[in-house]
Amino acid sequence: MCKVCGCGQGEVRIEGQHHEHSHDGHTYNGHGRHGYEEHHHTHDHNHDHDHSHSHDYGANLAGAAVPGMSQTRLIQLEQDILAKNNSYAAANRSHFTDHGILALNLVSSPGSGKTSLLCKTIEALRDKQQSFVIEGDQQTSADAERIRATGAPAIQINTGKGCHLDAHMVGHAVEHLSPADGSVLFIENVGNLVCPAGFDLGEAYKVVILSVTEGEDKPLKYPDMFAASGLVLINKVDLVPHLDFDMTATIANVRKVNPAVKILQLSARSGEGMEGWLAWIEAAQAMALAGHPLHTAAQTNAG
Amino acid sequence: MHEMALCESILETLREQARLGDFTRVERVCLEIGQLAGVEIEALRFGFDVVMRGSLAENARLDIVECPAEAWCIQCSTTVPIKERFDACGLCGSHQLQITRGTELRIKELEVN
Repeated sequence: MCKVCGCGQGEVRIEGQHHEHSHDGHTYNGHGRHGYEEHHHTHDHNHDHDHSHSHDYGANLAGAAVPGMSQTRLIQLEQDILAKNNSYAAANRSHFTDHGILALNLVSSPGSGKTSLLCKTIEALRDKQQSFVIEGDQQTSADAERIRATGAPAIQINTGKGCHLDAHMVGHAVEHLSPADGSVLFIENVGNLVCPAGFDLGEAYKVVILSVTEGEDKPLKYPDMFAASGLVLINKVDLVPHLDFDMTATIANVRKVNPAVKILQLSARSGEGMEGWLAWIEAAQAMALAGHPLHTAAQTNAG
Repeated sequence: MHEMALCESILETLREQARLGDFTRVERVCLEIGQLAGVEIEALRFGFDVVMRGSLAENARLDIVECPAEAWCIQCSTTVPIKERFDACGLCGSHQLQITRGTELRIKELEVN
């Protein structure tokens, strides 16, 4: 188990999935959609090591056997450790592109108000936009139930001991949820500002939510997450009058880590600033649909 | 972060390479880890030993090459060394930096037989 946060695999459960996947052996066979090409270079060298190996190595691949020479080889791999995850993420991304789906990966610490914000967002979008939700939590399907109460289809992934969603889990969840063409898919990651930063899920953007009760220094304490995000939402701004929260310092800290990122201030509870976030989603959705047949069809109909 | 998950990912790659490259034992794994990759080297070493136990890479030697972090300063138009993501340029104090090195998370090479 992860020394830092308890990462582990083998306990992942996706709601409504009858065949439980064992993530121990990592035998991801039979998922045609996850097909990808391995990219690696293998250079085989026959090293003349001085180990006194007494094994009989027999012949090597080319059939050449040199008595007394070890068959230890050097393979220059130069492969990203997360290559597997990244290939699943690429498959997810191309699925989203093909279907004109805007996928947003929502990340934050626990208790930042992600789920409440999501419920309010779905309600506000309802007339214009179909929303789908993948909920990631270590345990319980409470959040998926809260989302479903808004009328949006949602599926819960319980990561068990895992501290983040990975692209493989999301790929399966997408299969089960089948978000409609041209919809918005919100992926609510496990509440954790550390691990989800490193795992690409195939989303268009990571959106990090920071609530004003968490203090100004979060962006500096967890720089990887803020650096990886395309949008920062500062939530619960209705509480600012009751706190010693320095908004200017918070924004400056975000900028130190990610000078180009967009920062929006809002309150899911009071509704303040929500229009900026909704406008951002609309713009991002337009980007996802640019050049897509759905968009072209809509323009033709309008014209 | 998730050092254990990284080790599991490494093991998966080793198994796959063993099938492709026709080897049964991994003697040494060499990784390249950037200073800004969010990896705690000690936790990674601990996780590596635990995850590799009973596998084709049991007792394999783990070599880690740590890569220093560098960024391109837009103001100075030059590459400067940094230690953290939120560091300012050591020359002009600007935060308009683009990280160019230090996020590596790579399996560099394997020694197998």
